[in-house]
Order: sequence, then structure tokens, then C-alpha cells
Amino acid sequence: ALPCPQWPYCRQRCSYCNFNTYVVPAVDEAAVRACLVREAQTLLRLSQVHSVTSVFFGGGTPSLASPGTVAAVLEAVAGAAHLPAGAEVTLEANPSSSSASALDGFRAAGVNRLSIGVQVRGAVPAAAAAAPPDPIVTVLPPQSLDDGELRMLGREHTAAQARKAVEAARGLFPGRTSIDLLFGLPGQSRDAWAQRLEATLRLCDDHISLYQLTLERGTALAAQVRGGALPAPPQDLLADMYQTARSALVAAGFRHYEVSNFARKGALSTHNLSYWRAEQYIGVGPGAHGRFVLRAEGGCSREARVQTLEPVAWMREVQSQGHGTRSRAVLSPLEQLEELLTLGLRTDEGITHERWAHFSPQLSLQAVFGEPGEARALQQEGWLVLDSGGLRCTWAGLAVLDSLLPDLLWQLQRV
Amino acid sequence: MALAGRAVLRWGARLPSPGPAAAPLCCPAWPPAACGRPYSSRGKEEIDMSTYPVESIRNFSIIAHVDHGKSTLADRLLEITGTITKTDRNKQVLDKLQVERERGITVKAQSASLFYSHEGINYLLNLIDTPGHVDFSYEVSRSLSACQGVILVVDANEGIQAQTVANFYLAFEAQLSIIPVINKIDLKNADPERVEKQIEKLFDIPTDECIRISAKQGTNVEKVLQKVIEKIPPPQCNAADPLKALVFDSTFDHYRGVIANIALFGGEIAKGQKIVSAHTKKRYEVNEVGILTPNEQPTHKLYAGQVGYLIAGMKEVTEAQIGDTLFLYKQPVEPLPGFKSAKPMVFAGMYPIDQTEYNNLKSALERLTLNDSSVTVHRDSSLALGAGWRLGFLGLLHMEVFNQRLEQEYNMSVILTAPTVPYKAVLSSAKLIKEYGKDQITIINPAQFPDKLSVSEYLEPTVLGTIVTPHEYIGKIITLCQDRRAVQKDLLYIDENRVMLKYLFPLNEIVVDFYDALKSLSSGYASFDYEDAGYQSADLIKMDILLNGNPVEELATIIHNDKAYAAGKLLCERLKETIPRQLFEIAIQAAIGKKIIARETLKPYRKNVVAKCYGGDITRRMKLLRRQAEGKRLMRKIGNVEVPRDAFIRVLKRETDK
Repeated sequence: ALPCPQWPYCRQRCSYCNFNTYVVPAVDEAAVRACLVREAQTLLRLSQVHSVTSVFFGGGTPSLASPGTVAAVLEAVAGAAHLPAGAEVTLEANPSSSSASALDGFRAAGVNRLSIGVQVRGAVPAAAAAAPPDPIVTVLPPQSLDDGELRMLGREHTAAQARKAVEAARGLFPGRTSIDLLFGLPGQSRDAWAQRLEATLRLCDDHISLYQLTLERGTALAAQVRGGALPAPPQDLLADMYQTARSALVAAGFRHYEVSNFARKGALSTHNLSYWRAEQYIGVGPGAHGRFVLRAEGGCSREARVQTLEPVAWMREVQSQGHGTRSRAVLSPLEQLEELLTLGLRTDEGITHERWAHFSPQLSLQAVFGEPGEARALQQEGWLVLDSGGLRCTWAGLAVLDSLLPDLLWQLQRV
Repeated sequence: MALAGRAVLRWGARLPSPGPAAAPLCCPAWPPAACGRPYSSRGKEEIDMSTYPVESIRNFSIIAHVDHGKSTLADRLLEITGTITKTDRNKQVLDKLQVERERGITVKAQSASLFYSHEGINYLLNLIDTPGHVDFSYEVSRSLSACQGVILVVDANEGIQAQTVANFYLAFEAQLSIIPVINKIDLKNADPERVEKQIEKLFDIPTDECIRISAKQGTNVEKVLQKVIEKIPPPQCNAADPLKALVFDSTFDHYRGVIANIALFGGEIAKGQKIVSAHTKKRYEVNEVGILTPNEQPTHKLYAGQVGYLIAGMKEVTEAQIGDTLFLYKQPVEPLPGFKSAKPMVFAGMYPIDQTEYNNLKSALERLTLNDSSVTVHRDSSLALGAGWRLGFLGLLHMEVFNQRLEQEYNMSVILTAPTVPYKAVLSSAKLIKEYGKDQITIINPAQFPDKLSVSEYLEPTVLGTIVTPHEYIGKIITLCQDRRAVQKDLLYIDENRVMLKYLFPLNEIVVDFYDALKSLSSGYASFDYEDAGYQSADLIKMDILLNGNPVEELATIIHNDKAYAAGKLLCERLKETIPRQLFEIAIQAAIGKKIIARETLKPYRKNVVAKCYGGDITRRMKLLRRQAEGKRLMRKIGNVEVPRDAFIRVLKRETDK
């Protein structure tokens, strides 16, 4: 299982972000820290996981927290469950809050992977029984290396800062620094994108998250595009940019292991892979999501849990009852399979027969999708593959996965 | 609030409480006492109608173009005669429907009996209101047949408009006395002299016969009343003759059933008499008769020449059809001429936006048609839009008004498809003639369109349109009319600046957006009116829409050959905008038989996978995906192409307010 503590505070709100973040002048860090620790302990106890495979500090901007908070949470995790020495401990960071000395402090606190970037959120992985794989550090997110683009995104750092931050991070977390790369910015041209890609390849470490900018409702950027102040990028251009980037990254030796994630030299994010494999994870902090079995309560079904969104209310709840779980819902076997399908098909390995059988001991992948129906048609059209390795997307199919899923879910629901 | 039935509409605010909307239908009977009948403007005493012999009766209508002041003049007449109390609030007293007040039109004719003393004689003046649009020209003609004269109101500023012309000819052909009245002389731009000249030129009425008035301020309105008495002859009939009553309007009351407005052409009528409908041959016993002041006021009797209402246990408005004649049981008379059943000229599909609303919409339709027998209702269903109805209307305005009443009075929101007209085919194939049992069929649904090989001729309905416009727009209007395949029948300058044009239009060319186009190219100055002009031969074809080669049944249309290319192109373009991209290329084509006349290509999706999907994103993601998976169930599949219901709605829906 994987714990994913959330640090919900940011110095400022980025124009594209609609996450649960709060910009407040002064955070009572000691109080927040105490609550994160307490909630992590409570939830780990409820889940009765024995071993934690990875920890991901997401946000907000968790790099704004002090290394002491990170250390305290890790200590609590290690106290409540086994945290193997090499377990992946990732911190999300923002170039402007990631000075070399600060990063050094986080490393000392136990962080071993850095993700520098954009809209990545996380949760703390709960203990999976599997042996902990090589941990990776993810921290510095330079979505862009262009000052103009950064200003449009409302990022407070400059391109030079981003570059410096990446270099500093690579120095501290060599081979374990991930960077975010955004495309589809309003007005971005094919050429500009190609140049950006080249520059990123010169700078990057062994992990890249490639995101198409999504214009989330309620964000300043979306309002500007809707109002016509900024041009909306055309669909075909976005498709081209994605294909260009995929090909360029693969040519540079990266494995395209998930829709938006690329790694070389085995630097995959263990933590995120567990989401896509539908393993257990525990969300800690305001608005964090979790999926785990409540063994302590005698449960045997996977639950979807969401922690209270608003930080002050969340803290109050943690202080009074040990955790701030706002909603819990037992997932039906069908719902679990739906999630597995939706998440698993995002990866290059797809859904293995073993993984499927873990959730569906009775009905095999072959039994559900090997029969005449939507999946069969999609295979014949070249979007999907079902073979001894399991069910997965083809190279072309991955880009249009969102058109495949409704058909597959619809077929699954009818079984 | 779902108000229906005449009592509620007529009485408006004066009715204490109409009760819950759903209740009236459950009412087993309609005893007048139970309802309290909270009339009236003239007290409870029943008026002895025998004191008004034929010689002191005048039956008349007011006719006018929309907004020329018909209802305001009626308000003043009601005030002067003491029928209603004079207050500032008397605006369109006879127009009770919200839609009537909003649009300044009269949909449902209302009538009123006025008592007026002139030169020592007490007169009974029956103002018989008419619907204000030619969609209702049949109703207008029936109302006029109960009259001996009309007041023709013309706006002193706008002058003669298209509807003025149409209304004048209806009255003229009915050989009624016409009192021309020039209204709104108080307006700054009023030019009554010019309007008098127009009237003289077009209608051959001497300028000195026009009365200049301001209905708003009451100027010269009394003069109009005097002219009514002097110029309009009393009805020619005799109370000693057997009963002969014309039904010129009817409404439905949830408590009392059908209330028929009648004009007596002979004899007398009283409670307890047995009467027969000449059209249905059904027999009824009269429960109540009375006059309208303008609310119903019972009287002992009604006599020849008088106008009033009758309640006789009729359960449906179709039992009291406009134009029908009533006579006494066992004393049949020759029915009054001119009766015909309402014939719909414009058809449109109506579907609930959400199929779960089907039953509510059904009941709203039933209630609304209780009061409007001219709407025809046939159940229909579309693979794309679900279960619904095909409704027939008298005309476009009628359709709009019906839809608006459905929304306003029943809070129903519906999908109304673009209107179509009833085509005909003269069959040449012996097999088809045998199948239909006749050699000429009416085609409402494109699916019934017979192949050219088995048809000797296709026919389309036409209308004679009248356009009155300032002359500077003539060029543009002539071009517009030619685009609409219209043939010019007349062009006449009614004064130095204004022109009246008459065109024979194929009806389908004006049902969608002609009026809007005319208004916009003339900056709102041109007016338009039309009347039924029968069928003409037409080069009609059926146009199919294909998605990757497969026809889409609900998008097939019957169209004139000359228009097919443009219409096909437009339809393909609209479909391209509304059908979502899919995994493969989609060819959207318009075809006549095997010939493709238009094509658009919808490119496939190349990338649509969501960028981020981590622990916290899944719940939201699953919600959307489950909804999409659920949507697969409702998706209409044409071959391998999925077309969402929304796309059909957007393409089929009538476009309004362009």
C-alpha cells in the first residue's frame, strides 16, 4: 500500500490549476504536521497493511512544507507499518520553492525521488505485499522553459529558475528526478513545441511526465480562452504534438509506460504504477483520495475514501477522531473491475491476466472480452490487443483510449 | 400553473381560486352552483332580452392589422357603454391569454354585449371579436358571418398593412358594412390624411367616411359607436321562425363542459329546450343561455338577432365545431352555409425533451386541445427522439402560439421539429391506387413518399401572400420572393411610398423563416399575410441523408428539386458540427435516389485520452465514463456511426429567433 500525504497550500494559484489548494498567508505548520501524522497513523492502523511500498508527498506545493514535516510523516508511516529502506519516497516540488539547500533538507528527511511540476496529485501508498521495487525520486516540475509561457500559466518561477532547479535536483537525486512537460498551451506552435521538446531532452533526468494542458473549468486560463483572449489549440494540433513527443521520447530511449509517463533506465514511478495497477493506496491530508480494505473493521471489500476537503475542517476532524474521512463507499466487484480497466489500459503492460484474476477470479479477461462484442471489434480495428500478456492498447489505441473505454465498460456491464 | 377552460381565462383575477391545476378533470359534473359563478359587471338580475327587438340590435366586429389598436378600441367601447368600469388598468380586456397580451394578438376570440342609449332608443350592440391573424381566417370568416358590419382600424402612422388588406377583403366579400377608423391620431408622426388616401385608393372608400380617433385617449370613440348604429343594418331575421343558431366559437370549461358562442339567425332559445347539431346530428338539452358582458351572464332566453352563449352538456369542443348550425329537435332548418372542419396546413413533430415527461406532456396536450379543436394530434415515434406526436396546425402563428401556451400554461418544454407541409401525390400505379383505395394521397411523412415511377404528379400546397412595404425595399423583397419560388400576382402603389405586392407562394417556402427574412431585410417595416390558395403541381423529390452510406430515416425530407442541393449542403454541414468525432472517418452525404448531391467529411479522433489519471482523479473519471457507457444504450447507431440524441435534436429542431 502507498500513503499519499497532501500538502494543500500554495504560495499562489496557477492559472490552470483547479486542485484543492489554498493560498493563505501563514500556515500553522506544526498543527498541520501533527494532523498529517495522526491521520497517517490512524488510516494505516485501519488498513492493517504490513508494508508500505512507496510514499508520495503531493499537493498543493508540498515543497513549501518544511523537511521536518516530511520527516515526521515518514516516521509515523514507519512506526505504523514496515517501510523498507529503499521504498520510493517522492516529493512534488515547484522550481521556485526548491532551492538546493531546501532539497537537501528533504533528502535528509527521507525523500528519495523528486517530481518537479504541474498538476500532479498524490496519495500515500499503503503497504502492498510485493517486494519494494527500486525507488525513484520525483520532484522538480519545469512545465515549461519559456518565460512567456510560464507567465501565461501564472507560474511564479522563471525559465532560468526552472533550469536551475532541475539541475540542483539532479545533483541531489540523480536518476530519480522527474520533470513535467506541458503542451497545448494557447498559441503554442508545432515548431515551438519541437524546440521545447529538444530543450527538455537536454535538461531532463530519466523520468518525464508529458501533459496536455487541460483547461479546467473555473480556472483563470480557461476563462481567458473561453472569452477569446487566448486561442484554443485545435484538436489536430494537439494530436500532432502528442505524437511528436511520444516518438521523440521513445527515440531518446524512454519507455512509454503510461499515457503521460516516460522513463528510461527503469526509472518508472512505483507509486503511480500502483494506482494504474489498482493496488491499495491510502490518502492522507485534505481532499486526499484512497482505495483500501478496512481490515481493522473486519472489512474485506475495497473502499473508496475521500478526506475532508477544506483544511481547517479537516484538521478539526483529525484532532477529534484521528482522521478526516469525509466519504467512504464500498466498491462493488463491477466497480472495481471498471476502475481496473480504466486505469490498467493506460499502461504499456495493460491488464495482465493475473491482475484481472485478482479482482475477478470467476470470469477471465478472455471470457469477458474475447467473445464477440465491442472489444473484439476494437481489436479487429487495431486499437486493442488481447493475448497471453493480457488486455492492452496498441500504440494508436492508447491515444484514443477515452473512446475505447465507454464501449468496454458497456460490454463489461452486460456480462 | 395549468389553467385551462374559459371561466379561468375569462374571469382572470376576479375568479376567487381556480383550484389546483390537476383537479378539474376529476370533477364529475359541473353544477353552476358549485362553482359560485362570480360574475358579473351588471348585477345578478337577469336581463329580459325580449326588450331588445331585432331593430335595436347591431352585430359587428373590429378588424385590424396587429398592433393597430383593435383591443384598445374595444376597451374604450366597453367603458363608454358601462360594460366595464373605467380604470387605467383596462388594457386588452378581451385578450386574456398571456400569449395574447405579450404578442398583442388575439388568439381566442372573445365577445361582449354592450348596452347603449342613442337618441332615446336602447341599443344592444354585440361586439364579436375575431382572432387577429389569417392562420385563423376560417374562424374570422365565421365570426364575420355573425355580423352585419365591421370597424376597420388602421394605424395613422403605419397606414395600411398586409393584414388590413386581408381582413378588408374578408369583410368585403361577406358584404358587410365597413366603418373605416384611423387610430392613434395622437401620435407625433400620425398622418391620417395619407392613410385616408390609401384607404380610398385601395378600398374605394371616400376619404370623408373615415373617423379619426385616438382609442388610447378616447378621442372620437363615441362617434364610432354612433356610426355603428347609423351605418350597420340590424340583422335580418325573425324570432317567430324556427331556431337557427350559428356556432362561431367554442371553449371548454372544466366544470361546465363546452361553452358555445352562438348568433341567432332565427327563433329563440331558452333553458330546457332540446337542440340538435346539424353537423354531428347529436341531440342536447340546453342547460343555460346568456350574454357576454364580457363575462357570462345568464338570461331567460336569447332571441333572433342576438348573440350570446349556450351550455348544453357537450363534453368536447369537437361537438361544437365552429360554423355548425343548431336547431330545435324535430324542427330541422337549412344549415347556415360555409361550414368546414379545420384543416391543418403546417405539421411538426413534438417530443418531450426527456422521455420520462411523456405522460405529463400527453396530459398537457389533451387539456390544451380541449380548447383548440383546430390542432390535430397523431401519435408518432422517432428512433432518435422517442415517442411523441405529429401535430397539425392552421398556420405558423398558430403553431407558435400553441407551443408558447404549452410552456406558459403547462410549464412544458418540448422539442418541436421544423415544420413541414402536407404534400399530395396523384398515383398512376394501379397497384398503389388499389392499396390506398384512391388515386390521390396526402403525404405527411417522408417515409410514405411514393416513387416517381408510380406517380403521375406531385402536388404542393400554396398560399396567396400579401406584402405591404415602403417602396425602398421592393428590390430586395422581389429577390426574396423569387428565391422562395413565388410567382408575382400583383404590384400596386397604395400611395407614393408604399407598395402592396401579391405573390403565390409554395407554402413550404414560407413555413420556416420567410417572415423573419422579410422583417430583417425591410428593417421591420414590411408586413406579410397569406391565405390558402390550393395545391399546385410541383417537382418534388425525397432527399436522404447518409452516414457512411447508410440512410438516416429521421432525416429524410421531401423537398423541391430546385432546393435540394442547398438544403442538402446545409444539413450535411449542420450534422458535421453536431455529430461527435469517432474512431473512424465519417462521410455525411445528402442523396437523391442513388445520386449524391452534397458531402461533408468528419475526421476521426486522433487523440482524446485524458492526460492525468492518478489516485485522486479516478472517482470523477469513473463517473463520466459510466455515464458515457450508459449513453451507449441510448445512442442511435446508423451502421457503425453513433449519433447521440442531442445531435438529432439540434438538426431537427425548429430554429427560432435567428
